[in-house]
Amino acid sequence: MSQFLWIIIALPLASAVFLHFAGRRIGEPRAGYLATLSVAGSFALALGAALPFFQGESHGVTVNIWEWMPAIGAALEINWDPLAALMTLIITGVGALIHLYAIGYMHGEARFTRFFVYLNLFVASMLTLVLAGNFAMLFMGWELVGLCSFLLISFWSTRPSANAAGKKAFVVNRIGDFGFLVGLMLIFATFSTLSYAGIFERAEEVLSPGMATAIGLLILIGAAGKSAQIPLYVWLPDAMEGPTPVSALIHAATMVTAGVYVIARSAVIFEISPIAGPIVATVGAATALWAATIALAQKDIKRVLAYSTISQLGYMFLAVGAAGHVAGVFHLMTHAFFKALLFLGAGSVIHGMADEQNMEKMGGLRKAMPITAVTMLIGTIAISGIPPLAGFWSKDEILGVAFSRGGWFWVLWIVGLVTALITAFYMTRQFVLVFLGEPRWTEGVHPHESPRTMTLPLIALAGLSIVGGLLNTPFRTALEHFLEPSFELVALTHPPEGLGMFVLLAGLSTLAGLAGAGAAFLTYNRPAELWGRFEAAFGRTWTLWSEGYRVDDLYWATLVKPGLRAAEAAAFRFDTPIIDGAVNGAGRLVRAAASKGRGLQTGMVRSYGALFAAGTVAVIGWIIWRGA
Amino acid sequence: MSLVVTSGWYMTLAAVLFALGALGILIRRNALVMFMCIELMLNAVNLTFVAAGRALGNLDGQLAVFFVLVVAAAEVVVGLAIIVAIFRRRQSASVDELSELAG
Amino acid sequence: MVELVVFVLMGGGALAGGVTVIKARNPVYSAMGLLGTLFAIAVLYVMQLAHFVAAVQVIVYAGAVLTLFLFVIMMVGVDKEEDVRETIPHQRRLALALGLIAIGIVVSLVARGRFAWVPVASAAADPQATNGTVQALAEPMFTDWVLAFEATALLLTIAAAGTIALASFRRPVADTAAERTGV
Repeated sequence: MSQFLWIIIALPLASAVFLHFAGRRIGEPRAGYLATLSVAGSFALALGAALPFFQGESHGVTVNIWEWMPAIGAALEINWDPLAALMTLIITGVGALIHLYAIGYMHGEARFTRFFVYLNLFVASMLTLVLAGNFAMLFMGWELVGLCSFLLISFWSTRPSANAAGKKAFVVNRIGDFGFLVGLMLIFATFSTLSYAGIFERAEEVLSPGMATAIGLLILIGAAGKSAQIPLYVWLPDAMEGPTPVSALIHAATMVTAGVYVIARSAVIFEISPIAGPIVATVGAATALWAATIALAQKDIKRVLAYSTISQLGYMFLAVGAAGHVAGVFHLMTHAFFKALLFLGAGSVIHGMADEQNMEKMGGLRKAMPITAVTMLIGTIAISGIPPLAGFWSKDEILGVAFSRGGWFWVLWIVGLVTALITAFYMTRQFVLVFLGEPRWTEGVHPHESPRTMTLPLIALAGLSIVGGLLNTPFRTALEHFLEPSFELVALTHPPEGLGMFVLLAGLSTLAGLAGAGAAFLTYNRPAELWGRFEAAFGRTWTLWSEGYRVDDLYWATLVKPGLRAAEAAAFRFDTPIIDGAVNGAGRLVRAAASKGRGLQTGMVRSYGALFAAGTVAVIGWIIWRGA
Repeated sequence: MSLVVTSGWYMTLAAVLFALGALGILIRRNALVMFMCIELMLNAVNLTFVAAGRALGNLDGQLAVFFVLVVAAAEVVVGLAIIVAIFRRRQSASVDELSELAG
Repeated sequence: MVELVVFVLMGGGALAGGVTVIKARNPVYSAMGLLGTLFAIAVLYVMQLAHFVAAVQVIVYAGAVLTLFLFVIMMVGVDKEEDVRETIPHQRRLALALGLIAIGIVVSLVARGRFAWVPVASAAADPQATNGTVQALAEPMFTDWVLAFEATALLLTIAAAGTIALASFRRPVADTAAERTGV
């Protein structure tokens, strides 16, 4: 079985190549179905290959496909262990549903097949990232998903804002990638190899705590770029310029979790360092709270979800930073379910409202779009952490992990708890604004339920959002058992033992969720003037939140503008006069010398002869004079 | 006095003849005369070969003359053909008029 | 003593012929001067026992090459006297200076008796060793020098082919048309 693992990556890649060349010929719906089938095929294969893990029979294998650079331990090799298998199942499973959804969502789009080429390419790249058996191949996938993200954000390339957003994502990610790359170089300098096997098994004897901290923090920079953490999160909200399936697949469910995956994969390194883990956790908790407050005041339905994604990724960072890797990966999974569901639901609403994204112009949509409304409600409850839906179990495990670490982590636990309250508030606010109350539609908009290709994935994801959490409850730790082989080198942090502690902690977080949801329901399930007054009462704080703490302005003033100035100076003060001047000067020198020297070339053979004879006589004379 | 004519005498004569030929090439502009001057220079070199061969006591000098002669003959044939071709086109054998390649 | 007399006579003749070549206004006179030089050199070859080379000199140079020269001179036009006024500035002065310097170098070497690079014929050397009869030349020619001999054969073939190509050269039609319209 293991020798066929490469097909998991090759299937979507082959589909992408095929659609690139023949997509236009096979036409609109069929291209989409082919793309969906290829991803679903990968899912089926991955499910079959993961069976030994479910039965606890295998600890994972590494399959070498092609020796790339053996000297640095870089090969095209597939590391098939439970963590990789779980990531693969999430990517292909959720991915297939989103592909199916995109067939309906992108209906009538001129570059329909091109969109699926990119989506397939993305899935192949992401699978390369998670299935890599060494850091070199991982980095290859890491860059490829960045490229696909860029291509898909600026998919509607005629919109200037989409192009700007694509560029922004690319540049910000580059900053993170730079840190990551330096981290990889440090790893290579320390271990002389980049292969997982060579690194993790020897880490304990080779790696000093200082070096582990350096590597860990550099990996954190890369992870913060890809997973949109403070201070590199600014690209993600703008990335909502892309089509909604892209937001769901790349910027909620899969690509942005790559950072969490990398930290979980490098768990051994973080364990050796005394402070790298706590720093990761702190960054995560801060990001969670920061982004949640911004999400509170957003009017754009997709931007709420974008900031919510950043906030939830912060939770995952909190978990992996606290060495609760299973909790982090668990939340990664449940978040993939419900955030994909919420994004697809939002897409369905946007689709039905004729591309309206402002929530203040929605309202009362539950009658027009019943399926979307019900599935969105499930997603909202799931993310708000209300039992027994998926988000409750994973979020509660993260908070439990933070609580049991104690010390500084108690502060982070409180931050997480507050964030849970805010999360429930803004998600309920979104649901109420969109689906309840009186219609505030602009004239001429006739909301309608979306086609079946779009509602089917919604229903499937809603089902997963309900039951997904039951994989790993304090009463039945199936996921932890499943992932055990991947983390056997690490001492995992577990939530506090005992039913009493569980009831206490779960009760607190449920209470926070219910409080937030209830407050939002009471505030917003009223006429617009009343909740408008509520928001106005916050005054300038609310404005600050709605403008995202003006971080973009800050970056513009402190980083982008000086950078542009420097580039301008280099271009016009240095490049033009000095580089161009040198080049043009060389040309002018040659021309001047030529126009002076052309007089020598008279065309008179005898003049040339005279010069030649003079030279000959001079050489002979010199030889004889020297010899004499 | 007993003046013995050594190889050096012949070589000196050859050097002077060579210089004369070179001078002719520089000051004459008739292509035919320039060609004759080249022949003069070649003959001077041949004389040197024979003299050197005698001084060294072997026949290689004379053999070299033979080959130079062949090359000179071939060169004369081609060179005169070129001169004729130019003359047919321009009605002149002056090399100074062939200066289209001036810079 | 005989050799000295012959050398002075023939050397003087060769120089006189050379001067005629470069001084005569009429190319026919130049050809006659060259003829004199060639004969004088042929005699000098005989003086040095290069009998075969001397014969070839007379037959090929004086006979074939010079005849070809005269033929072309007649074809180009004997009546065309060359304008001896120099048109290139300093050309004549430069040429004379160079010639004088070159001759001066040689003369100074002779005067100072510095002929380290020209070995004097040793008395012990057998004069018969450099006796250039046909038989004596043929043996090294077709053994040690056979490659050079074959190469000259190839060279002559190429020269013949090249001459034919030059002689049969015709102007392109377009070129003639352009000239006819005066462009």
